[in-house]
Amino acid sequence: MSLAEERQLLAGWGRAGKSAARLVSPSCTQEAEKVLAALGNEGGRPAIARGLGRSYGDAAQCGGGTVIDCRGLTAPFEISPSGLCRAGGGLSIDSLLERAVPAGWFVPVTPGTRQVTVGGAIASDVHGKNHHVDGAFAAHLRRLELVAPTGRILCGPEDPAFAASCGGMGLTGVITEATFQLIPIESSRIKVETERAGDLDACMALLAERAEEHRYSVAWVDGLAGGRKLGRSVVTRGDHARPAELPAGAAKDPLAYRPRQRFRAPLAPPLSPLSPATIALMNEVWYRKAPRTSKTSFESIASFFHPLDAVGDWNLLYGTRGFIQYQYVVPFGAEEVVRDSLERLGRAGHPPYLVVLKTFGPPGQGHLSFPREGWTLALDLPLGRAGLAEVLDGLDELVAEAGGRVYLTKDSRLRPELLEQMYPRLPAWREEARRLDPDGIMSSDLDRRLGLRRSPEKKALGK
Amino acid sequence: MNDATGMPQRVLVVGGSSDIARQILLLLARRRLVHVVLCGRDLAAMEEVAGELRRVGVSRAECLSLDLTEPGGLGELAEEATERLGEVDLALFSAGELGSAELEELDAARVSQMVASNFSGQAAIALELAKGLLRQGSGRLVFISSVAGVRVRRANFVYGAAKAGLDSFAIGLSEALRGTGVGVMIVRPGFVRTKMTAGLPAAPFSVGPQEVAAAVLAGLEEGREVVWVPAPLRLVFGLLRLLPQALWRRLPG
Ligand SMILES: Cc1cc2nc3c(=O)[nH]c(=O)nc-3n(C[C@H](O)[C@H](O)[C@H](O)COP(=O)(O)OP(=O)(O)OC[C@H]3O[C@@H](n4cnc5c(N)ncnc54)[C@H](O)[C@@H]3O)c2cc1C
Repeated sequence: MSLAEERQLLAGWGRAGKSAARLVSPSCTQEAEKVLAALGNEGGRPAIARGLGRSYGDAAQCGGGTVIDCRGLTAPFEISPSGLCRAGGGLSIDSLLERAVPAGWFVPVTPGTRQVTVGGAIASDVHGKNHHVDGAFAAHLRRLELVAPTGRILCGPEDPAFAASCGGMGLTGVITEATFQLIPIESSRIKVETERAGDLDACMALLAERAEEHRYSVAWVDGLAGGRKLGRSVVTRGDHARPAELPAGAAKDPLAYRPRQRFRAPLAPPLSPLSPATIALMNEVWYRKAPRTSKTSFESIASFFHPLDAVGDWNLLYGTRGFIQYQYVVPFGAEEVVRDSLERLGRAGHPPYLVVLKTFGPPGQGHLSFPREGWTLALDLPLGRAGLAEVLDGLDELVAEAGGRVYLTKDSRLRPELLEQMYPRLPAWREEARRLDPDGIMSSDLDRRLGLRRSPEKKALGK
Repeated sequence: MNDATGMPQRVLVVGGSSDIARQILLLLARRRLVHVVLCGRDLAAMEEVAGELRRVGVSRAECLSLDLTEPGGLGELAEEATERLGEVDLALFSAGELGSAELEELDAARVSQMVASNFSGQAAIALELAKGLLRQGSGRLVFISSVAGVRVRRANFVYGAAKAGLDSFAIGLSEALRGTGVGVMIVRPGFVRTKMTAGLPAAPFSVGPQEVAAAVLAGLEEGREVVWVPAPLRLVFGLLRLLPQALWRRLPG
């Protein structure tokens, strides 16, 4: 098989740091194997898998090399009577839910968008609002099929290739198929308790208290509120509703599932309509709308788990320069890092437009998996005004010192010299990645920027 | 790689002993810079900058001898520097030679030489590097132009004309590279107090090399295509460009 030479400019969801690569689109495992074999014969031009491109940074691009578009790897797709799901690596969670929900099944973990592939979910070992009780995606994975440069392998949780591939950012090969356990649901509605918190302490108290009582929990924080209101937020906690609990209308067809995309951002507007002023206004309205004390409501899967999917291509609203999502986790006890982050960004004139805080439970098996016990904070930050680079470099240091880490699938700018401190299992991962890909064919812009595969050139910490 | 905030790890400099380049590199060293190749004539001065960069944590800083007036070696130099860096995230063109504007001091050889060092030599290297960056699928070329090229003055017209050439070349190159992942940024400082301008009376809006460097970093982070230093010069020259020559001639400074 020879590979054509068509170049395409690719970017992550944040739309910054674009690079051009050759795109190849295998439509089955055998074709993926042929692509990797052809790459090997070409002599070391790097390649990386790409799913739906929902990683925010440069994880699914490979400037000057080859990007393997996995969206065609949708087969097989089967759900066994016990809820074991066998899915192609390119199948989207969106298509999966369309079939699974009406049959009474739900994915064990869903990120904040359903527009991700199974392969992408595994390669980033994604987490959902239920991490504190259910762990990340790989915890529910029984088996995966990996096409590595050294060949196709099937592996399970006890295999070294499994721990290297879950959270491995595509750098061990192409995940062509996976088998994982779905969870049973009796309705497609979520019983949600919504409550507002006046400041960060109140918010953290709400998230931490009786955390195990709800399967899902998350706080949306007003990133533009400072001073006494710093960290004011709306906390939602939810569980899959039982049909008996549902209001009359919904109870008639409890497993009905009709997610909809309501709008679509037309084109990247030359000037972003988003600004601190418009965001502050939106946040104010949304905060005031939330009940002061806990109130129960029923929401659809789409509106509870994937609210942003209601607006297609919403990332274009950030304008031509795009944006960064900075997400980290710090251990419990390091609450001050969260407060400091919000304060520093506000003071520097770079307030985050979207802020999400939640708690994580214990880490999983993936060597490079992001979650560990503690607080995880995600911040959407527009690019285009100088000074952000310096503030974030400072936050990297706070996070590393606290024993935390930055999420690679969101990253587009981490200080490479902190990588080993943040990911202490990096040496074990490197060894296994080398075994699966001794010639270093798998690589991405993320890999090159951070030196994931190779020990990077040592650089002393700058002042 | 360049990161999303525009900060490069591997940098090639043409005009490696320039004061402006030195300040830019010192600022980049505080962010992501790991490897730099300085190219220029004055090896001793470049070695000093390289040493300084290593002391602030840049793991590799090397120097290559370059004579911009020798068109024969330019392609090879681009190749050699690229090979050493492995990948070029940012190529900085900061060579500059003010020279003379007195007719009796100028001759054919001098004029050719000034055009080569300020414009054609750098353009030749830039073109070769641009092709490399295209293969790489990403990267950035940064040209230190000058307001002297925006409207040429009697007092430095050969220099100004060469800078005008470089500036126009950079604009054209930027258009040719649109949509490829390779970017171009043009920096137009006013009078900069450097060793090149030592002894000259400072013009209005004069700045130091640190200020130019800070503006370049901000421009990289903001993804700009043109940076004026200081920023008000953009407006000032927008107007000055329209002045009739008879008035322009009489302006002081
Ligand atoms: C609105 C929004 C909300 C989000 N919320 C969350 C969240 O709550 N929790 C969370 O964890 N993440 C979240 N994410 C991030 C997202 O879940 C991950 O980045 C996910 O990996 C994206 O999947 P994808 O198919 O788009 O993969 P891509 O973005 O295309 O690729 C991501 C990584 O996976 C690798 N990869 C993709 N497909 C394969 C394959 N078949 N084989 C091997 N490697 C592969 C790529 O090489 C790359 O390293 C969110 C993203 C968005 C845009």
